[in-house]
Amino acid sequence: MTKERGDLLQGTLAMLVLKALQLEPMHGWGITERIEQWSEQVLQLGQGTLYPALYRLERQGLIRSDWRVTENSRRARYYALTRQGRRQLETELAQWRRTCRAVNQVLDVTMP
Amino acid sequence: MRWRREGWRRLRSLTRVDRLERGLDEEIRFHIERQMDKNLRSGMTPDEARRQAYIKFGGVERVKESTRDEFRPALVQDSLLDLRYGVRALRRAPVFTLVAALTLALGIGATTAVFTVVHGVLIKPLPFRDSDALVSLKHTSKDLNGGPPVGLSLSLLLTYTRENRSFEQLGVWSRGTENVTDGIFPEEVTTLNVSLGTLRALGIQPALGRWFSEEDHAPGSPETVIIMDGYWGRRFGRDPAIVGRQVAVDSRPRVVIGVMPASFRFLDETPDLVLPVRIDAGTLTLGGFNYEGLARLAPGVTVEQASTDIRRMVPLWIEAWPSFPGIDRSEFGQITPLVRPLKQELVGNVGNMLWVLMGTIGMVLVIACANVANLMLLRAQDRQHELAIQAALGAGRGRLAGQLLVESLVLGLLGGTLGLLLAFAALRVLSTIGPASIPRLHEITLNPTVLVFTLVLSLSSALLFGSIPVARFGSRRLALTLRAGGRGSNDSQERNRARNILVVVQVALALILLVGSGLMVRTFLALRTVPPGFTDPDHVQLARVTISAAQVDDPERVLRLQHDMLDRLATIPGVTDVSFTGNVPMAGERSRSSIYGEDVPIGDLSAQSQLRWFRYVAPGFFQTIGTRLIAGRDFTWVDLEDRRPVAVISENLARELWREPRAALGKRIREGDGSPWREVVGVVGDVYDDGVHRQAPSIVYWPSFMETFLGQQVNVRRAVTFAMRSSRAGSESLLRQVRDAMSGVIADVPLTRVRTLGDVYSRSLAATSFALVMLVIAAALALLLGIVGIYGVIAYAVTQRRREIGIRAALGAPRRELEAMFVRHGVMLALAGVGCGLAGAAALARVMASLLFGTSPFDPTIYVMISLGLMGIAALASYVPARRATLVDPALTMRGE
Repeated sequence: MTKERGDLLQGTLAMLVLKALQLEPMHGWGITERIEQWSEQVLQLGQGTLYPALYRLERQGLIRSDWRVTENSRRARYYALTRQGRRQLETELAQWRRTCRAVNQVLDVTMP
Repeated sequence: MRWRREGWRRLRSLTRVDRLERGLDEEIRFHIERQMDKNLRSGMTPDEARRQAYIKFGGVERVKESTRDEFRPALVQDSLLDLRYGVRALRRAPVFTLVAALTLALGIGATTAVFTVVHGVLIKPLPFRDSDALVSLKHTSKDLNGGPPVGLSLSLLLTYTRENRSFEQLGVWSRGTENVTDGIFPEEVTTLNVSLGTLRALGIQPALGRWFSEEDHAPGSPETVIIMDGYWGRRFGRDPAIVGRQVAVDSRPRVVIGVMPASFRFLDETPDLVLPVRIDAGTLTLGGFNYEGLARLAPGVTVEQASTDIRRMVPLWIEAWPSFPGIDRSEFGQITPLVRPLKQELVGNVGNMLWVLMGTIGMVLVIACANVANLMLLRAQDRQHELAIQAALGAGRGRLAGQLLVESLVLGLLGGTLGLLLAFAALRVLSTIGPASIPRLHEITLNPTVLVFTLVLSLSSALLFGSIPVARFGSRRLALTLRAGGRGSNDSQERNRARNILVVVQVALALILLVGSGLMVRTFLALRTVPPGFTDPDHVQLARVTISAAQVDDPERVLRLQHDMLDRLATIPGVTDVSFTGNVPMAGERSRSSIYGEDVPIGDLSAQSQLRWFRYVAPGFFQTIGTRLIAGRDFTWVDLEDRRPVAVISENLARELWREPRAALGKRIREGDGSPWREVVGVVGDVYDDGVHRQAPSIVYWPSFMETFLGQQVNVRRAVTFAMRSSRAGSESLLRQVRDAMSGVIADVPLTRVRTLGDVYSRSLAATSFALVMLVIAAALALLLGIVGIYGVIAYAVTQRRREIGIRAALGAPRRELEAMFVRHGVMLALAGVGCGLAGAAALARVMASLLFGTSPFDPTIYVMISLGLMGIAALASYVPARRATLVDPALTMRGE
C-alpha cells in the first residue's frame, strides 16, 4: 500500500460527501468506501472527520438521515440528499470546476 | 421570529441529545464492524482486523466529541454547564456564598419591602372603577389661618349639584358614631354618612339588597341603613335575611336595605353602618363645612377645569342661601375651592416620605452589591490560577466571563429568594406596627408586580456586582498569571483600584444615609422637646362613654350620671385626678367655628371670623391632663349645674384678641348671634392639637353642659371621654376597676376608644417616628456594610503585602509606622467617600426638607460630626487588620512565601 495519499483540501469534504450521496442514500461507512473507491484510494477520510461533517450537513438541511436495515439485516443510519442538498452540490461543483480550470490554466503556463 | 425558531430548536434538541448520543454510538460501532469485516476478508487475523479498523477510524472518543459539537445546541448546553459549574463553585465555598447571599438578601429584602409599600400606597390605583376620575373637593380660605382646609356644607353640595358642568357624580360624606341599641347588648358603632352622589361616584353596588334612593335622603321618609360586611358578620352572623329587617340605631328603628360587599373599602375609613345624609333644603344656611366632598369627573374634564367651574359657582351659592345668623355673607366670598385627585388626597404627604425611603433603601442595596462585588473580586483573585488554567486549555474570554456571570446570577437569585422571605416577614411586622398615618396600609400585599420587581432586582444586582469582576478578569493576562507562578502581580494594582472605588462608593452612600437619619433623629428630638400642652401623657387613661338619648333622655340626668361616674372613678386607688371631655386633644376629634368678642373693634372682623377649635370639658380637665392654668380659674360644677355663661380660652387666643392673658379675664365672647355672651373666666396654656410640628391652634373651652348653644336649647355632651391620671394607666387591672365603677352607674354601658393620652401623642408623631426608624435601619445597614467593606479591603491589602511588610520590618521599620501605612490607606478611602457623599447628603436633605422640624437640612453639626465619626470608624476598621499583619514575625512571613 505505497500509493500516494492525498490529504483532503479544506472545504472539499462536504462536497465529496454530497457527491457520494448523489446516486443513492448510504450509511457512513459506505460513504467512506465510495470516496476511496472513486478516488482510487487516493482520498482517505480517516481520522474521524466524516461524522462531524455528516451531522453538520444534516443541521444545515443539506442531507437527511433515517434508520434502515442493511442487506445483512443490520440497523444502520442512511443519509440522503435533500432537494436543498442537490442544489448546493450543483453550485459547489460549478464553483469547483471554475476554480480548477483557473488553477490549471495558471499551472499549465509553460515557461519559455 | 428567527431567533424564536432557533431557540425552540435548541430547546428541543436538548431533549433529543440522549437519543442522538445513542444513535452516534450505534453508528460508529456499525462503521467499525463493517471495516473489520472488510479487513477480515482481505485476510487479516481478527485481532489485526480490529486494530486496523480502529486506527483507520481515528480516536472514537475524539470523533464523538467533535460530532457532539455539531449536534448540541452549543449556547444552551454551555449555559447549563456554567450553571452547574456555578452552583458547584458556590457550594465549594459555603462561607463566601452564605455571606454574599445574606448581604444581598438584606439589600433585596429591604428594597422589596419598601417597594411593596410604595406600590400599594402610591402606584396602585384606588380599588374603584376608573379611579383616576375620582376627585376630592375641599375649600381653603384666608380665614383658616393656614390650618387644614375644610370640606363642604350641604348648601354648597346642593348648589354644586345643580349648577356644575364638570362632574358625573358629586356627593359628600362624613364620619360619625351611633349606638346600636337593640338586641342583646348595646354598642357604639362607627358610621359613614353619605349623600346620594357619593357611592354612585365610586360605582360600587351592594352585595345584597339595594342602594340608597333619592327617597332615602329626603326628610320624612322611612329611615334606612346599609350594613358593612364586617359588621354584618360580627353582629348578624352573615344572615342574608337581614335585608328588610329593622335595626334600632340610636333608639330609632331603621330598615336594613342592603349589605356592602366584603371587598368594599371606603378610603381609609372602617365604618360599621352606612347612613343616608338627609337634606332639608329649607333649613340650610351657607355655613357648616362639616362634610368631605367626593366627585367623579365627567369624561374629558380635567381637575383644573373642575376647579374653574367651582370657582364660578361660589358667588351663585352665596346669593342662593341665607347666611348663618350674625355672620355677614360677604365673609364667605373668601373661600377658594380645592379640587384634588382622590388618591393624592388620600396619600397626602406620605408620598414624599415613602419616596425618600425608597431612595435610601435603594442605596443600601447598592452598598450591598458593592460588598458582594468586593467579595467576588477577592474570590476571583483566589481562583486566578484555576481561571488561568482554564484559559490555557482553550476556554475563551467570553466563556470565562459567562461562567463568572452565571455564578453571579445564581448568587443573585439565591439572595433574591432569601430577600423575598425577609421582605415577607418585614411586611407582616410593618402591617402590625406601621403607623396609622400611612394610608392604604391594609391594601399592601406581595403581588405579582412585586415578585417581578424582586426578580428584576435580583438579576440586575447580579449583573451589577457580577460585571465588575468580569471586567477586571478578562483572560487577557491570565496566561501571564500562570507564568508568574500564580502570584499574579501584574494587574493586581488595577484590581485593587476597583476594590478601592467600591469602598469609596460605599462610604459615600453610608454618609448620605447617616446624614439623613441624623437629621431625622434631630427632628424627632426637637419634636419631643415641644411641650404638647399636657404633661406625662402616658399616665393619663382615656375611655369613652356614650349615654344615648334612648337610654336617658333628660339632659340634666345625663350630667348627673356623668358626675356620678367621675365620683366613682375618683375612688379607684391610684387615680389622682379624673375629669372628662367631649373631644380628646390631638386625636382629631374636633369641631371648629368662629367666635365673637364683645369689645373687639368692629373693623377687626377677620379676627372674629377665624375658625377656632371648640372643646367641651368638665371641671378638672386641665389639671388631669396637665394643661397649665395661666390666669383666672377652671370651670366648677356650680358653673355647669347653674348653666352659667362662662368660657375658658387658650393663651394664644387671649393674646390675639386682648394682647395679654390677664386682660382677657372678664371679657365676653359668644359663638353666634342668638346666644348669650359668655364670660372668659380662665386662660390656659396652648395645646398642640394639630401635632407638635404645627402651630398650636387657638382653642375655646366650653363647659360640657350649657344653655342656648349654637341654636340648641340645652347643650349636653352625651359622648364623653373620661381622663384619669394614674400610674397604672394602661393596665388591665385599672380598666377592670373602671368598668366596675361605670356599671355601678349605668348597666352595660360600652367603653370605647380605650387608650392612654400617651398613645394619642405617639400617634401624632407616628409618621415621623416611622420615617426615623426606617432611615436609622437603612443607615445602620449601610454603616455595617461600609465597615465590612473597608475592613475587607485593608485586610486583603495586608495579606497581599505580607512580604513587603516582612522586608520592611526586617529592615527595622517601626511597627507603628507599618500600621499607620495601612490605616492611612483606609482613612484616605474614607476621606474620598466622605467627600463624594457630602454632596449627595445635601441633595437628600433637600428632598427631605418637608419631613424635618427644628433643624436646617444643612445643619453643619450633623454633617461635620457624621463625617468625622465615619472617618474614625474607617480608621478603626483599618487598624484591626493592620495590627494583625505587623504582629507577625517577619522571618516567618518571608519564609512562608
